Amino acid sequence: MIISVILYLAALVFVIGVGRKIYQYASTPAPLKIPTTPAPTTRGGVVLRMAREVVLFDSLFKASKPTWIFSWLFHAGLLVALLCHLRYFTDPVWGWVNLIAPLSKYAGIAMVVGLTGLLLRRIFVDRVKTISAPSDYLMLMLIIGIAATGLLMRFGWHTDIIAVKQFALGLRSLQFESLPGGILVVLHLLLVAVLILIFPFSKLLHAPGLFFSPSRNQVDNPRERRHVTRLVKDHGQKS
Amino acid sequence: MVKKADFEAPVLGDYTEVPAVTPGAMQHSQPYVAKPAHNEALGYPGELVDNWQEVAVNKLGELVKGSRALRVYLDSCVKCGACTDKCHYFLGTGDPNNMPVARQDLLRSVYRRHYTVAGKYLPKLVGAKDLDEEMLDNWYKYFHQCSQCRRCSVYCPYGIDTAEVSMAAREIMDTIGKGQKYCNEIIGKVHKLGNNLGLPEPALADTLEGLEEDVEEEINVAVKFPLDVKGAEVLLVTPSADFFAEPHIDGLIGYAKVFHQAGISWTLSSHASEAANFGLFIGSVDNMQKVAMRIREAALELGVKRIVFGECGHAWRVGYSFLNTLAGPFDFLDSNYPVPQHIVEVTHDLIEQGRLKMDASANDDKRVTFHDSCNVARASRMGAKSGGQFSLPRDVIKASCNHFFDMPADTIGEATFCCGGGGGLLTDDLVELRVKGAKPRMQALKDVHEQHRITHMAAICAICKSQFSKVLPYYGFEMDQIISVHQLVGDALVFNSDS
Repeated sequence: MIISVILYLAALVFVIGVGRKIYQYASTPAPLKIPTTPAPTTRGGVVLRMAREVVLFDSLFKASKPTWIFSWLFHAGLLVALLCHLRYFTDPVWGWVNLIAPLSKYAGIAMVVGLTGLLLRRIFVDRVKTISAPSDYLMLMLIIGIAATGLLMRFGWHTDIIAVKQFALGLRSLQFESLPGGILVVLHLLLVAVLILIFPFSKLLHAPGLFFSPSRNQVDNPRERRHVTRLVKDHGQKS
Repeated sequence: MVKKADFEAPVLGDYTEVPAVTPGAMQHSQPYVAKPAHNEALGYPGELVDNWQEVAVNKLGELVKGSRALRVYLDSCVKCGACTDKCHYFLGTGDPNNMPVARQDLLRSVYRRHYTVAGKYLPKLVGAKDLDEEMLDNWYKYFHQCSQCRRCSVYCPYGIDTAEVSMAAREIMDTIGKGQKYCNEIIGKVHKLGNNLGLPEPALADTLEGLEEDVEEEINVAVKFPLDVKGAEVLLVTPSADFFAEPHIDGLIGYAKVFHQAGISWTLSSHASEAANFGLFIGSVDNMQKVAMRIREAALELGVKRIVFGECGHAWRVGYSFLNTLAGPFDFLDSNYPVPQHIVEVTHDLIEQGRLKMDASANDDKRVTFHDSCNVARASRMGAKSGGQFSLPRDVIKASCNHFFDMPADTIGEATFCCGGGGGLLTDDLVELRVKGAKPRMQALKDVHEQHRITHMAAICAICKSQFSKVLPYYGFEMDQIISVHQLVGDALVFNSDS
């Protein structure tokens, strides 16, 4: 019951907080053309550039191979793990979710490996250590905690999956089912609640932020199309 | 105040090593603060205002509201470290505040403190800090150790561009009366006299006349350097260093020879006798627009059909990326040509059309490499295709000389290193920073020097040319090993009178 309330609250903060941020990003003007060049000269080209950035972490690949492999492993693992969790929220379970279900344990392992790599880098590379705040370590440990509790339920202390599913379906239909016992599942869900709760207030905003980054999402066509926004005064109306 | 030559120039090894973090290594480096007259001429308070903290924090909020880039960049950094070994000033000094993320954090920590929930209530946890005297001091020092070259933005997974952050910080500092002398004094001169050097019209006319005589004496062809000629086809806007400095002036001679041989009538303007736009460096759109408007006014007054920019890196950024926004639309010009055009685009087109007669063997005494200027490489384009800013200059150089070799791939193109003097740092009070910041480029030059016996490095930026003339000797090279691309072109052009 309490856990249901916490999860609802966290989700509410997440939706409102991230929605507000996205609105802010979208409504703030970009007065000048500043794509990092060479940049695509067409909208379609920009879609491709963004897709490569989102899916392959193109720029990070250019920058640092260790950071790239660790963060890509983590994010890919996270995506697969999230999709696999759909089996708790769909009834009957969608076909493709069943299909990828066997991948979930590998996804969890990929997350832990990637996050641990990033954490070690943060601790042992002097440059990265210098720029790290306490929250940077805590964030990694929080997500490691989420992945680890998930994996433990899988490999060690099994949880009553059927009951968890009842609980999840209850959440979906706004019914407060009681969560089956087990400290691991409670811990897992609490950590998830913390993560989505801090999302709008933390560097996790890099997820929506990337899509609004002018250096990546602008088309390189300033000579062909005049870029005008309200912040640059029109000289014709200059007093 | 600034001690000169009391530092050791870096020694080049076999390759560029990433230095160990050395806190405080450049803590002593800062440019002269602007005098009240310099600030006031630009519309800023003369001296540090009493309630500067409040004014600065408010200005920061205003800037964030007005720039999507700044807002997204201040929110999105995850401190992944991808940029930490990419800045030439970090590679040359080891000072951790010269890591792009740490430089951004000087501003980000204050933003977090005042404009985010986490920073207001849990500052220690998320690294939020107050804007106190020490912080302002660090802002002034380290935002004047960024040449706004955008190399970090290539490698950032979110495209965070430290140039945008340092421009914002400089604008905030200007707003509270703590401007930088070099930039603000120069912008004042442009507003007053039309160019960075403060060169009045009669002096410019004299200089150009002298040039005409020199060139005619040398090649026996009456190449003109027209000034304020109404009805010319092309208005050439070029950095004022081209009128005086070496090796810049040989570039100007090259442009004149190209126009002469192609039979294109052209003119310089005494009203817009400067391509550079330092308004960019201090992050002031108002000043940048005011400086850019001179070009529109000159084009209208002279009734030209095209605007062409000479060799200048950040000027080309402002010209290519911003001019249309700031001073457009240019529907009164010939729509068959992009507005503006780069002189390299003009020369490249003419070569392709076979309208220039060139003999590359005229430069057989040189083995040449090319330095991609940061603002051209990462903030502009040439030609119709993405990446033309890399291929067009190289095509032009290869048409002008027989021995061309590129520096290592991770130091050219989009990965090019800044010369070390860009972004409003080309001043003698920052010479230690400039020498140390040039290290990665000097390392690459040493590589091609050893591998291909390179004798000259060509550039298309007035700041690069001045900077290299100054720093090359610190690394055992000669100051005249830096040349203009259009010097190569000019020397390779064959005029009938030659035969």
